[in-house]
This record gives sequence, C-alpha cells and structure tokens, in this order.
Amino acid sequence: MPLARRPEAWRYGGVPAADVTSTAGPVILARDLVVRRSERTILDRLTFGIARGQVTGLLGPSGCGKTTLLRTLVGVQRIAGGEVSLLGLPAGHPALRARVGYATQDPAVYTDLTLTENLRYFGTVLGLRGKRLAGAAARTIADLGLTGLEGRVTGTFSGGQLARVGLAVALLGSPDVLVLDEPTVGLDPVLRRDLWQMFHRLADTGVTLLVSSHVMDEAARCDNLLFMRDGRFLAEATPQQVLARTGGSDLEEAFLLLATHREREPLTGGDR
Amino acid sequence: MSLTLTLATARRVLAQLRHDPRTVAMMVAVPTVLTILLRYVLNNPLALDRFAPAYIGVFPFVVMFIVAAITTQRERARGTLERLMAMPLGKLDLLAGYAIAFGLVACVQVTVVVVISLTWLGVTLPGSAVPMAVVAVLDAILGMAIGLFASAFARSEFQAVQFMPALVLPQALLCGLVVSRARMTPFLSWLSDVLPLSYAVDAMQRIGASAAWTSAISADVAVIAAFTAAALVGGALTLRRQTR
Repeated sequence: MPLARRPEAWRYGGVPAADVTSTAGPVILARDLVVRRSERTILDRLTFGIARGQVTGLLGPSGCGKTTLLRTLVGVQRIAGGEVSLLGLPAGHPALRARVGYATQDPAVYTDLTLTENLRYFGTVLGLRGKRLAGAAARTIADLGLTGLEGRVTGTFSGGQLARVGLAVALLGSPDVLVLDEPTVGLDPVLRRDLWQMFHRLADTGVTLLVSSHVMDEAARCDNLLFMRDGRFLAEATPQQVLARTGGSDLEEAFLLLATHREREPLTGGDR
Repeated sequence: MSLTLTLATARRVLAQLRHDPRTVAMMVAVPTVLTILLRYVLNNPLALDRFAPAYIGVFPFVVMFIVAAITTQRERARGTLERLMAMPLGKLDLLAGYAIAFGLVACVQVTVVVVISLTWLGVTLPGSAVPMAVVAVLDAILGMAIGLFASAFARSEFQAVQFMPALVLPQALLCGLVVSRARMTPFLSWLSDVLPLSYAVDAMQRIGASAAWTSAISADVAVIAAFTAAALVGGALTLRRQTR
C-alpha cells in the first residue's frame, strides 16, 4: 500500500506543500507539531495546513490523539516541539480566545443553570454585551433547534439537547475558526444532517471548521479529511482522493484499510 | 482584569446557587445551628460569652472552605474551567467573581448567626456587634479563598472533601479554640503562628473581650486579609491555561 510509505503525496489536499508557508494561505497551520504527556508522545511531528472556509474532518481510532490535537489548537495543551498557528497567531495567543470557538466532547456547560443563563455568561466572557449578546443567543438557540428550552435548567436536557448547548456556546461569539470534538455524538440522523448543513453554511461565509468524528458517513460531508493513527497522519486528502488511493468501495472501508494497514501498534494515550 | 467579567462571574455563581436552594439553606443555617448547639452544650452564660465569638469566626470559615473547594473542583471535572481558559477570561476575574459571590453569601450567613446569638442565645458583647460581624465575614472569605486554592491540588471530589479534615481540623486544634495558644509547646505555638485560622480566631476573641477596636485586632485583620489575598493569587497561579 503506497499511502503510508509515501504520505507526502497526500498532503494538503492537492495544494503544493510550499503553499503552507505563505501567510495568506492556510488559517490553521502546524509544522512538526509534537505533544508529549508524561513522557509519551501523543502527537508526533504533525505538519498540515487548513484553508479558510473549509470543513475538515479529523478521523482516526479512539486514542489516536484527535482530542489532543484539537486541545492544542485552542491553546489548552502545551506543545513540546514544532509550531502551530491559527489566523497567523500562535495557538493559545490571547487575541485568539474570542476568535476560535471550541466544543469539547462532553458538553462543558453549567448543568445547574438554564440555557439562557449559560449563553448569557459565556457570551459576556466572549465580549458580547446588551443587544449583541441577546441577538447572538437568540440566533444560536434557533440554529441549534433549542427554541422553547431557554428557561430550563440544562441538567434536565436530553443528551442530544445538552450536546447542542455545548455547540451553541462554541458558535456564540461568531468565531472565525471552529474546533469541534465529535459534535454529533448522540444526535439523531435528522439533527446530524441539519448540523452538517449548518457547518457548510458557516464555511460558505468564511468560517474554517475542524471537526473530529468517528462516523464515516460524516467524513463524506467534509471538504477535506485528516486520517490519524498513533499521533501521526496517515492521509490528508479529499474524500474522493481517499477512496481513489485506498481502493476502498466506501469511506468506512477506506478507514479500515488505513487504520489496520500496518501491524497494529499499541495505542498511545487516551482521547485526552 | 475586567470588572465586567468579574461581576458576570459573580452573577453566574449566584445564579447557580439560586438553582440549588438546599445548598444555600445549609450554608446559611449550619453555622447558626452549630452555635445554638454550642449554647446548650456549654449551658453557662459566662462560658458562652467567652467562647461564642471564636466559634462564630470558625463555623462560617469551615462551611465556606468546603463549598469553595468542591465548586471549583466541579468546574474542573465538568470541563467548564477548560472552556473558560480557552476564552478571554482572566484567571483573577474568575477567582474574584467567586470571592464576591461567596462573600455575599457569607454576609447573609454571618448576619443570621450574629443576630440569633445576640438575641435568642443571649450572648453579650462588651461593645458593638458590627466589628464581630465584619471580622466573621472576613473569616468566611478567608475560608473560601483557602478552599479555592486547595482545590487546585485535588484531582477528584473525594480528595477535595478530604482537604476539610486534612487542612481545617489541624488549624482548629491549633488556633486557640481547644487550648490557649500561649500554653502550647514552642513548636506547636510556632505552627499556630503561621496558620491563618489562628488570626481569625484571635481577632474574634479580642473583639469578644474588649469594647474598643484595638491595634491588636487591626493587626489580626491585616494578617487575615494578607492570607486571603495570598490564597487568591496562589489560586490564580495554580490555575493553568494549558495542561502539560
């Protein structure tokens, strides 16, 4: 199988590698990014670039380092080597905190507050005030289908509703970059379709999205895919390219081919 | 630091408490119930006058310590702290917000225990009740600040709960409640001198013994304020935006 031995041919979704160095190019850019946690290497010299207005899927088996990569991008994970930047600033730069939206796997909202109270607090932290805050809250509530739940304590929500509250907080500040960790887990197919339509609507307005997922039918909805295993990228390409190169009949099979292609090494680390 | 974000955090913490009336009821009632219990255990007006002020300083301290330690531990465990650290919120905005919210609860807590002590329980003070109430609120805020700081070292709620007996009970034994600090061995007396609760209790004992505000009380209050500020700054320093 040529793809693992010659990963360079896959890089940057067909964009020549030299392009990732230009400042006008990718919104998210990593070069030789290394993350270690207690001596274990979780991310192993990752280099990639993500262009503006694209929906990029981050795929890979559990424990491969997806969450660590996303946490690194939003600046809450210290890096051990290499560089990573968003919008031309190093990850974690104070100026990025209001411009990068982040939704964790677990909803990470106050389950002892109502939906409105959650949005009001996080919106204020993001710098929204008065009418802009009320407008942003109303917009995200409508976008995520949470209308009618405003006054209810979020601890009484269903799992799917709670997951959408987490997403609502990520979307609240109209960020330029959205980093979403398995945002559709526990949602029914209709909601998932609606959310993916919204992701593409946002991308059309220039928002750059990086979305991790386990679900292969979601991979097909991405403009670009990053396949990860054991802290390294196995492939970086469009869904069509992945299918062509692996010879798999669908992305599920392509994923299995990629994930099990080499002899399985012990998985490094948990999802965090 | 931003005043808007500090106040927004205080408002958020108070909203959380409003949705949990049982916790608020316990925070307010527990120091009062314990003081009522003290009155009947001592069952002697002279002994009550002598001991009540010190205990009125300790009970809110203990309650606030544990509530603050658990609240921040919960914020870590639920991921909301990580979310906030990825957002434009200063660490001191967060801690000061907590301090304001819990400080307001402490005012209610102390008002209730002081009013019931001076009326129903018949505690008599040589001077006004105001200094006692003010110092008791400062003691409660001190307990909260130390609880916020301690929670940085707890990896689970189990550990955070255990900080109560581990960090508060030794201070309670050494602060002069059980045995006068002057009668301790030099080592224990020195240990007592470096622990914050000793000054909290000392100030309350002096207020219970003297009609006037003395410079010794001012010195105690200064030490209480210094420990509170140090614990909040220490809490901000141990609050990390990035995990290693």
